[in-house]
Amino acid sequence: MLHTLTLKQALDQIKRKEITASEVWADTQSAIENENKALNIYLTLNEKSAAETAMMSDKPLAGLPIAVKDNYATQGLRTTASSTLLDSFVPTYDATVIAKLKAAGGVISGKTNLDAWAHGSSTETSQYGRTLNPLNPDYLPGGSSGGSAAAVAANLCIAALGTETAGSIRQPAAWCGVVGLKPTYGRFSRSGIVAMASSTDSPGPITKTVEDAAIMFNHLAGHDPYDSTTSTQTVPDLTKSLGQEIKGLKIGVMYLDLPEMTELKKFYEPTLKELERLGAEVELTGSLDPHHAISVYTVIQRAEVSSNLGRYDGVRFGHDRSYFGAEAKRRIMLGTYTLSKGHADQYYHQAQKVRTLFQQDYARLFEKYDILITPTSPGFAKKIGSSEGAAMFGELEDMLIEPSSVTGLPGINVPCFRDPETNLFLGLNIMAPMWREDLVIRVADAYERATTWNTWRKND
Amino acid sequence: MSKSGFTPQLVHHIAQLAQLTLSSTEEVSISQDFVKTIEVVARMSELNTTAVAPTHQVTGLENVWRADKVDEKRMFTQAEALANAAKTAAGFFVVPQVIDQKDI
Repeated sequence: MLHTLTLKQALDQIKRKEITASEVWADTQSAIENENKALNIYLTLNEKSAAETAMMSDKPLAGLPIAVKDNYATQGLRTTASSTLLDSFVPTYDATVIAKLKAAGGVISGKTNLDAWAHGSSTETSQYGRTLNPLNPDYLPGGSSGGSAAAVAANLCIAALGTETAGSIRQPAAWCGVVGLKPTYGRFSRSGIVAMASSTDSPGPITKTVEDAAIMFNHLAGHDPYDSTTSTQTVPDLTKSLGQEIKGLKIGVMYLDLPEMTELKKFYEPTLKELERLGAEVELTGSLDPHHAISVYTVIQRAEVSSNLGRYDGVRFGHDRSYFGAEAKRRIMLGTYTLSKGHADQYYHQAQKVRTLFQQDYARLFEKYDILITPTSPGFAKKIGSSEGAAMFGELEDMLIEPSSVTGLPGINVPCFRDPETNLFLGLNIMAPMWREDLVIRVADAYERATTWNTWRKND
Repeated sequence: MSKSGFTPQLVHHIAQLAQLTLSSTEEVSISQDFVKTIEVVARMSELNTTAVAPTHQVTGLENVWRADKVDEKRMFTQAEALANAAKTAAGFFVVPQVIDQKDI
């Protein structure tokens, strides 16, 4: 049962010499053998993980098994981005975040499924088949980091890595009932990650608890000379934000009055009361209509995709362009169109200006509030098959997160309600100003400790 | 012709620009998807942005340079660089012919 430990619990028990990382590895390995086939979480397992675990015992992450989304380049380990175009691609180098993970003593358990090229919010567009939600296999895990969120939910790893462009860490975390931290844009290096929309791509951890997210952040964040958009400012020690009070913090609540939230609003009201009980000043606030962020995101993402996926010509690596799936083709072509002469002003340039409007809106809101919260997704996990034939599935599911993604803000998902009938969760999205992951963690940790929604905290 | 002009012919042309090959069924289904997507996207034209500057980069960075020095840690050997290539000849990549292709 050691695979069900949180990262912090496992590290503490290893330190006290009660268990070893190799024992955690063995339990995780048998859980993977039992469950991976049915859930389709890992696309590739790291055959060398046992040997690597044994070598890492004196490092901070002690050799514990970490699941990695299959869009991070991993040296010597197949990396597909869930597209058959990269079916046989074995990178000759590690993404910077992977190099940092290894330096800290993390061992890759395997590479997890995603929407092909991370284009989606269901993990259904994967060319290797959909992943099922471990909480209830009739439902989707969300996406695009659906495999990593499911790996955490099913205890097929101790912690995981995902990437978010507009909701791809937080939305699957919400649907799988786990924690997902999307750092500020530029806090984690994008070097060696299959590029989607370079102006918003943000790698980050998916974990069992907020505390685990803080530990992972500390090891993986920071400036990288290989990614000129990473920040040179000092990385805060997020573990210092754990166990703090939130008394007196001003929290603005967004989007609960949208028509999309009519059915779900009641599930969020106890959360607002709980934050008030903890001493925060909580009030509903208006904002720029998030529907406009769907437009901004759709246009910018497609435009950057058409450019980034232009490099896949089958010459240096991968197969030729006939291997792109339907969703990738749609996105590349829409981007080609909105960037083309005669249409760029109407779409691409207008989207970049509306992005500025969202930045201005957040600047105004953060003058008044320390923290902003929203529901993570406008619904519970959807049934399998839901994304098929829905051209805007992801954009609509991620609507409440997109405004913050296109502006680069940090945010976290924490579980805040569980439906006893379906075993599915709702998530709370907690956001702070740029570079203030410390505030995000402080509020998320206080909320998590004060409530019983976290699956793993119950064992503490 | 649909409202936003997304005919299968236009989709065919865009596919050529993007170096993608589509079946005629795909050209029809994608043109229909595009009509729906553009309908949603076009809502942002309601917002007045005449006095608003665009934001291409959210953290305000400009012209980030690195020192003009060779970083040997970053270098691949020739074998590593070619490791994933579909076709090589005498230690080089083999690329498809681009000259004399039909214009698009």
